[in-house]
Parts: sequence; C-alpha cells; structure tokens
Amino acid sequence: MKRATRKKIVQAAGFFLLRACLHLVLAVLLLFLYDIGRKGGGAISWEFLTQAPRKGMTAGGIFPAIVGTFLVTLTTAVLAVPLGMSAAIYLNEYARQTRLTRVIRLAIRNLSGVPSIVYGLFGVILFVNTMRFGTSVLSAGLTLGLMTLPWTITASEEALKTVPNSYREGALALGATKWQSIRTNVLPYAVPGMLTGTVLGLARAAGETAPILFTGVAFFLPYLPKSPGDQFMALPYHLYIMATQHHQIQQVRPLAYGTALVLIALVLGMNMTAVVIRFRLRKKRR
Amino acid sequence: MSDKPTSAKIETRDLDFYYGTARALKKVSIACPTNRVTAIIGPSGCGKSTFIRTLNRMNDVVPGTRLEGRILLDGQDIHDPDVDVVELRRRVGMVFQRPNPFPKSIFDNMAYGLRINGARNRRELEETIERSLRGAALWDEVKDRLDANAFALSGGQQQRLCIARALAVEPEVILFDEPCSAIDPVATARIEDLIQTLKSRYTVVIVTHNMQQAARVSDFTAFMMLGELVEFGATEKVFTNPGSRLTEDYITGRFG
Repeated sequence: MKRATRKKIVQAAGFFLLRACLHLVLAVLLLFLYDIGRKGGGAISWEFLTQAPRKGMTAGGIFPAIVGTFLVTLTTAVLAVPLGMSAAIYLNEYARQTRLTRVIRLAIRNLSGVPSIVYGLFGVILFVNTMRFGTSVLSAGLTLGLMTLPWTITASEEALKTVPNSYREGALALGATKWQSIRTNVLPYAVPGMLTGTVLGLARAAGETAPILFTGVAFFLPYLPKSPGDQFMALPYHLYIMATQHHQIQQVRPLAYGTALVLIALVLGMNMTAVVIRFRLRKKRR
Repeated sequence: MSDKPTSAKIETRDLDFYYGTARALKKVSIACPTNRVTAIIGPSGCGKSTFIRTLNRMNDVVPGTRLEGRILLDGQDIHDPDVDVVELRRRVGMVFQRPNPFPKSIFDNMAYGLRINGARNRRELEETIERSLRGAALWDEVKDRLDANAFALSGGQQQRLCIARALAVEPEVILFDEPCSAIDPVATARIEDLIQTLKSRYTVVIVTHNMQQAARVSDFTAFMMLGELVEFGATEKVFTNPGSRLTEDYITGRFG
C-alpha cells in the first residue's frame, strides 16, 4: 500500500514536471509573439504592405521585400521540391541498401546541419561566379534550394517509410509494376507527409538571411525584380538592416517590428498551410 | 475430397532458397495439381511462407535473397528471361497473412488490379467487381456500400475483400499465406468454405499452421520442417496414414 502510494506520487510528480516544461516553452513562445505583435502591430497598415520604403526607409512600406521573399521562396521550391521528392523516392524505394546508400544518407543528414552562411558562400562561388547567374533571385533561390534539399529529402523519406509495406506487396501481387505500385499505392499516402516536411523546409528558407546575403539580396531597390536575373529585397535582410544598420535606428524601430511581424506571419502561414494540406489529404483518405 | 492426381499447374523442382547465407529451403520439390487445393503445413520457421512467396516471385523484392532450382508454371520456368514477372503475378494471385486492403473505397480496392492492367470502362469494371465479390461471397454484404472505405469492414470481410480483389484480375493460381491467422473462427470457417468453392476454377496453394484447416480444405498436403519437405501426398493419406514418423508426431500434436 505504502509502496503503491509512493509510485503514484512519483508518477504525479513526473507528469507535473513534463507539463511544466511544455508550459514553459509555450509561455516563452507566446511572450515572444505578444511582444512583436504589440510593438509591430501599430506599423501594419495597407500602406505598409503595399508601398515601397520612402524617405531613406523611415517611412513607407515593405512591399518590395515581401515580393522578393515570395519570388526567392518560389525559386527555392522549384529546385527543392521535385529534386528532393525524387531523390527520396529513389533512396527509399529503388536503391539497394548498400554501404554507398548509407554513406549518401549520412551525407544528407550532415548537410542539413551545415550552417547557412556556408551555403551562402558556396552559392556565391557556384551560382554567382562559376555559373554566372550574378547576384540575383535565381542565385539566391538556388542557394536556398540547396540548403532546403536535405530537409526535403529526409522528410520525404520518412513519409515514405510510414507507408506500410503491405500496400506495396498488395499492389505487386495484383500485377502492378514497381512504379505503378509506388505511384498509385505509396505516393498518395506519403505525399501529405512529404508536403508537410517540404513546406516546413521552405518556411525556414524564407526566413534565412545568410544564404541570400551575398547571392542576391539588396539593401534598397527602387524597383521590383523583373526577371530571375535581377536583385531583390527580402524580409529577413530588410529586418536586419532596420534593426541594426539604419542610421536612424530609433525612428525606424516600429517599422522593424512591423517587418518582423510580417515575416513571422508569413512563416506561420506557410506552416499552417502545411498543416491544412496534411489534414485535407488525410481526411480524403478516410 | 478429390485426390485423383491431375497434371501439375505449378511445381517446384529442387528449390533452394537463401536469406543471405541462411538456407531457408532445401531441395523442395512440390507439384500442385490443377484445380486442387494444396496445403503446406509445418511448424513456425519451417520455410512454408518462404516457399509460397517464391511461387509468384514475391521474394524478388526482398533484398539479399537467392534462389536455386526451378519453378514451373504450366511447364514453363517462371525465372525464364522471357517471363514477365508482372504478368506472372497477375496469373498467380496472392492473399496475405494479414488482410491488406488499401485505404480506399471497396470499389477502388476491387478496381485496383483491373485499372493497373488498363481497364477503364466503368460498366466492365462494375461487372467484374460484382462477379468477383460474389465469387468471394462478399457481394451481399457490401453491395450497398461499395463507396465505403475498406477499413470499415471487419477483419474477416477485409480478408474476403482481398480474395475478391485477387479474383478480379482473373488469376489461374491463388496463393494463400496463412489467410486466417489474423481473423476469428467464424470468419475462418467462411473463408475455408470459400477456398473449397474456388478450386473448381483455380489452382489453390495454402500455407497454414493449423492442421485441422489443412485437413478440412486441402486435397494434397505437404509437410515441411526446417526448410525440408518431409512428406507430400493426398491429404487423407498424410493425415490418416503418414509415411514419416515426423509427420505423425506433428499432426498428432507432439510438437509444433
């Protein structure tokens, strides 16, 4: 009886600790969001979202940065999504599990841990200089694409692994080719997970500064990029300038907070999209 | 039970099978006669599932395996370079140990094999699906809810759906890999009845660890142990007058 009581107390204490940890994390996150919302909310207006910066960035909006971030993220997606998903399909479904594939997997895992500034410098060498794409939307997008690729591959492979083998075997046993079984009986169930992982990767890319720093982002541009070869403004870099590099830092602080709020809303929005995609596709299946 | 020998539909000759270096089958030669039910029995790990999965080359997809010897379907070696493994699997259907309906509607489950083989005509699909569901004694239970998800069916119904799904592509041989090990006794009885009716049109091979089941449904029985074929013959003879001491010990429940 006494022992049973003690076990119960230990269990209750354990639950309490775990719950406290969760609440602590949530509290920090909410505090952070609240602070940015409170200080940045005032800056948000239709003008802020649709106008270019004016008067040395002390007035006006952040429209070019929003457009720039959108275009770069789109370029990133065009590279990382098809390539990442295809690589994952090959690795998980076709490749024999040899030492080579193990080394490849290890390399991919390691690449996802490489600091983003290293990708930035690599992008300068490869895309800007060697391939002569210049500092541009294209170079920056491809650099971010390379950075996102390991995440996309890993997330996609994990998603493929969750599809039971019996779906594959069941299809094969009915006379499906390997590709038919993958296309009709594996991918439909893996795609929600693949997309979720991919969008999370893209959201991370959209918020990155270091990889675009030398590959295409501009301090200030009076025009929007008209081709993939043009430079662009981007939200994270704009925020960096407003927060640390501007000569009238006190004056532009509300604008910096506003930019942060927009960037966070964008990333949160992308993450929510991932959740919605997942939910929709899941529901369709049931 | 009909134990008159007919010509072999599918047979193995000196079949060896290896997982890496472990030898799972040793010189197994079994001839499964046309339109008969052949049961493979034996204790766990005796190689019976491995054996049945070689018959439609399902083990091809398992890495690190190796096969020696011959498997003949209508006299043709299924490993011949000009045999298309996809067509082989259409001709030699398989029902797995656990019911494995796809997470689709009953209709789409049934249509799956037909669609991957190119069928598009809705009316033809519906006809084949009805015929196959009737063949698997499931039609009356699902005819009003073909659009329902297959996961909504009971375990036994799911397994009959998998049988019907296999029938839909009009195979010649149907392999059952312990089809009743994951379902209840009543559902098991229905599937055993079904297997009995199937043999008029198909050649059936069934792996089971349940000896009563083998005795009830099969015309021929192969008893395997440790990868070797111990005895093969008419079910009645194997069960009433086994030729081997090992078989007798096994079927009388002294081990296994």
